[in-house]
Amino acid sequence: MRLEPIANPSLARRIGFPAAALGATIVTASLLAMIAGADPFKILGLIVKGAAGSKFAALETLNRATPLIFTGLAIAVAFRAKLWNIGAEAQLYAGAIVAVLLGTGAIGSPFVLPVTAIAAMLVGALVLLGPVLLKTRLGVDEVVTTLLLNFIMLLFVSYLLEGPLKDPMGMGWPKSTALVKEARLPRIVDGLRLHWGFGLALIAACIVWVIQKRTTLGFEMRAVGANQGAARFAGMPVNTVLIQSALLSGGLAALAGWSEVAGLKGHLSLDLSPGFGYSGIIVAMLAMLNALGVIIAALFVAGIFVGSDSMSRAADVPTYIADMLLALSLLFMVLAVLLARFRVVRG
Amino acid sequence: MSELFDILVSAGFWAAVIRIASPLIFATIGELICERAGVLNLGIEGIMVIGAFTGWLAVYQGMPLWAGVGVAMGAGMLFGLLHATLTVPFGLSQHVVGLGITLLATSTSSFAYRLVLPEVTSPPKIEPFQPLPIPFLSDIPVLGEALFSQTALTYLAFGVAILVAWVLFRTPLGLALRATGENPSAVEAQGLSVTGIRMGAVILGSGLMAVGGAFLTLSAFSSFYFEMVNGRGWICVALVVFGAWRPGKAVLGAILFAAFDALQIRLQQTPIGALLPYQIFLMAPYFMSILALILMSRRAEVPASLMVPYNKGER
Amino acid sequence: MSERRHEAGEVVLRLQGITKRFGALTANSDINLTLRQGEILALLGENGAGKTTLMNILFGHYVADEGRVEVFGRPLPPGNPRAALAAGIGMVHQHFTLADNLSVMDNIRLGTEPLFSRGRSRTSVRGQIEQLSRDFGLAVHPDARVGNLSVGERQRVEILKALYRKARILILDEPTAVLTPQESDALFKTLRKATELGLSIVFISHKLHEVMAIAGRCIVLRHGRVVGEVFTDATDRAKLAAMMVGGEVAMPKAEPREAGPVLLQLEQVTTPDKGASPWLKRVDLALRRGQIVGLAGVSGNGQTAIADLVSGLARPASGRLIVSDKPVDQWSPRQALGHGIARIPEDRHKTGTIADFTLTENAVLERYTNPEFSRAGWMNWRAAEAFARNIITKYDVRCPGPDSRIRLLSGGNMQKLILGRVLEPGPQIILANQPVRGLDVGAIAYIHAQLIAARNAGAAVLLISEDLDEITSLADVIHVLSEGRLSPGFPRSSKTPAELGLWMAGQGFERVEHAA
Repeated sequence: MRLEPIANPSLARRIGFPAAALGATIVTASLLAMIAGADPFKILGLIVKGAAGSKFAALETLNRATPLIFTGLAIAVAFRAKLWNIGAEAQLYAGAIVAVLLGTGAIGSPFVLPVTAIAAMLVGALVLLGPVLLKTRLGVDEVVTTLLLNFIMLLFVSYLLEGPLKDPMGMGWPKSTALVKEARLPRIVDGLRLHWGFGLALIAACIVWVIQKRTTLGFEMRAVGANQGAARFAGMPVNTVLIQSALLSGGLAALAGWSEVAGLKGHLSLDLSPGFGYSGIIVAMLAMLNALGVIIAALFVAGIFVGSDSMSRAADVPTYIADMLLALSLLFMVLAVLLARFRVVRG
Repeated sequence: MSELFDILVSAGFWAAVIRIASPLIFATIGELICERAGVLNLGIEGIMVIGAFTGWLAVYQGMPLWAGVGVAMGAGMLFGLLHATLTVPFGLSQHVVGLGITLLATSTSSFAYRLVLPEVTSPPKIEPFQPLPIPFLSDIPVLGEALFSQTALTYLAFGVAILVAWVLFRTPLGLALRATGENPSAVEAQGLSVTGIRMGAVILGSGLMAVGGAFLTLSAFSSFYFEMVNGRGWICVALVVFGAWRPGKAVLGAILFAAFDALQIRLQQTPIGALLPYQIFLMAPYFMSILALILMSRRAEVPASLMVPYNKGER
Repeated sequence: MSERRHEAGEVVLRLQGITKRFGALTANSDINLTLRQGEILALLGENGAGKTTLMNILFGHYVADEGRVEVFGRPLPPGNPRAALAAGIGMVHQHFTLADNLSVMDNIRLGTEPLFSRGRSRTSVRGQIEQLSRDFGLAVHPDARVGNLSVGERQRVEILKALYRKARILILDEPTAVLTPQESDALFKTLRKATELGLSIVFISHKLHEVMAIAGRCIVLRHGRVVGEVFTDATDRAKLAAMMVGGEVAMPKAEPREAGPVLLQLEQVTTPDKGASPWLKRVDLALRRGQIVGLAGVSGNGQTAIADLVSGLARPASGRLIVSDKPVDQWSPRQALGHGIARIPEDRHKTGTIADFTLTENAVLERYTNPEFSRAGWMNWRAAEAFARNIITKYDVRCPGPDSRIRLLSGGNMQKLILGRVLEPGPQIILANQPVRGLDVGAIAYIHAQLIAARNAGAAVLLISEDLDEITSLADVIHVLSEGRLSPGFPRSSKTPAELGLWMAGQGFERVEHAA
């Protein structure tokens, strides 16, 4: 078999294949539910209900989507420039650490929020700067280095929580002291459990979209990602562009950790992120690396997580079904996107 | 310093080194086969998890230990088939597919584990492989205990490494594999199927990765934990680079790495260990892998077509 | 003469009604062809006529939509290179299919033994290769690493690959494109010897004099169809040319002209060794206003190094690069653009354009920081699109529109867009690296005419080409590159192709070096 590019893929093709990918994911979900001994239709209903069936559920989904938008954007920015940042998890924790370091009384109001946000972005950017400099200077592949930094960062957080940042009132649980009130992100609407982190995530997505579409930096990032040789020949500063992408990506991922601490949890703990850095890859790929698409994809992924949690409690199907479905949807979707643009031909 | 010396000359230390190295050898050789054919397999981390889980599950359900190894290998090959189908004939991004496979294999293990054992909090144990001292050789002082009193799976790891090295450099199959990773059109022009060779390599390599995972449950720890692979797969990707895509050097790298890992565990119990937070020691293996990548970055000869999909239409 | 006809030889290969379509394009249309035992059949046609496609069908890389192939009277299963090899077909591809990390011997034996076996002993394989090398005059060391071989040596390995498999039919796709005239002669000798030993050969080319020299019979392809079949002793070059192109195409001629002052100069330039491409050795080169300087030589002898220097990708390790009378210290592609250097890269697909970008994006790829197209980091896409539209009209780029992806364009139209992109700003200096490689005659004539026009308007042009005919017809001054050394400049028509060929092979440099 051979793949042949299609000059002008029809709308049906461009929508049909991704839709089929979604369908295949749902079919697999049903099969998994049956394996777990549950009624597939009931399970799917429970997931949807758990994700959006009530005001509480919907808000929970929006809250869960917030860090996913940030990490999804981080991955989208990096992958667009073909910079394989798999270390969003580490950058996320870096942002969370900064939120705690500066938010527990080190800085007085009213600047504490913007200062911690900017500091978190800077530190997150620095965490990714190392692997990128190794890549541009020495040609060290960034996939493995960023991946390994995730493990190092978690150990570092563990050290901080047992040492310098330990909450003396923690009763043995490894968690940090709580943020002061001024360092907390306020709720968007009083009484509703949704913090401003979500609003900031939406704004961040719009900013990234504008950068991608309208600025010379976005043009450079796309060119470097699509064909580094041609970009270099055309006079683009390839290494600088990679570093700029890395700084932006690391900063965005750090905001995810910052907003989780400042908006949701109020303190740092080792279970702050159930793999938001990795789920961000799924979000970014489902969004086809489009910044506005990241919002929708993050809502979808968050919905699956939140819905599965609640379904799991109701129907006794392991909650890990959510991770399986998302991994499958990622694989189905990349295949669907390919088939939307290429035809499989014989010989 | 004398503590360090005592550790380095103890037979127990070197026995531990070989034990720690064994799963890494399986997985590193598996990854090496994939990469020699031109496919980066980032599914390795998840495939090790699925190998650890299925191997354990089979034995837990009453199958013999070797059947567990076989089941793990089969499960790994299945995920390898999925990886190969998406990355070879369809030529999808090896980064994205590999990470997707890792996420899928990891979550499948967790999902299935919870299906089998919904309520259990402490993971049930199985009867693992027992040390199999080799007659006479195991009686050699120090060396005997370190090298020849291991489990059968450890001997198998070294056997596999030697076999793969021999196949790679001494047989037509190995020649075809090395050529595929360098220039697939050369292989196609000589009447061989690039797709077939690449898919075969990824499937077989994934099988070995899964056996590496199964080593953890069937030989090292005797039960399954969710986090047990803990980045070993990624370390093996680094070890392939460190070993310059050669099985012998990769095995040496794995042993070096294992020695370092065993050392940090023992150093934690010494007075030096009391001075530093234990996390520093746990970080060391990861830093060591990064360092290995940096050291080898300019020296190794990367297969020229690694990560380059082959599409007959674009010649 | 009659011995070249081989009327009596049995038919070893027969293609019947071969048709192959790629999407809307019909690459081969109802092609019939027979090859007889012991003959050399030329397949003549310009770039894009469908020669390579036809041979890829024969070899099983592609599957024909219609038609059949018979080898030694037996039908050949389609789409299976293994079957083609087993039937005795050996193919020397235009782009060599060798693994650089392996030895010559390993490349040759690859795929000849069952995968799941021990394989033959090295000694016996080596012995057989050495025997074949002697028999056919193909000198190459079996244990040499292919990555270290010259282009000519690589080609010998390719031929040995086919001979080692006992091929009875040899197909060579543009085999002389990468050789010096002397190496071509040696190749022809090998081919004649092969026919004496009973092999039959298909020789694919677009060079008329070669076809006349080597082939007995010639089949001419145009737009994917067979437009003529002639014996070479019953025709002449003019008739073949007319058949190949379908009438007269007036190739533009560069009239001699007085050259102006030097605009760009390499002075005793050396570059560091970068893997396979040899470093430059104390190269002196001057580009003058209103002059085309041609750089001849077999590729891989330093062309890339010189092109990289001029285009800003590399800096001299020692010696000076002087642009507009000033030695440059800062040097990058952007600096080169700033000095008014237009750069047509060697590989338009990989370095000249970004396949998934639109024509508009590709048009401004190297000028997007210009105030015309962006201010303070903000792109002005409207201006960019207007610029692209202007190029499309002015340079006759056939495309659906400025918003379509450039990957959908033919090579010629892609090259025209690049040409428009670099010529629009009115450059002082033009680097044209293999500007017409792979293009059809119409596009070649157009691009040559544009280069000549730019020269006449006062630009200094550096033309790099493997095609000696292109160099001799366009260049006012010719330099030859061989292993990183640059010959003195020879004025137009002062050297014959054979003399230039000797320089390409490295002869003549010693005398210059002694004199210096």
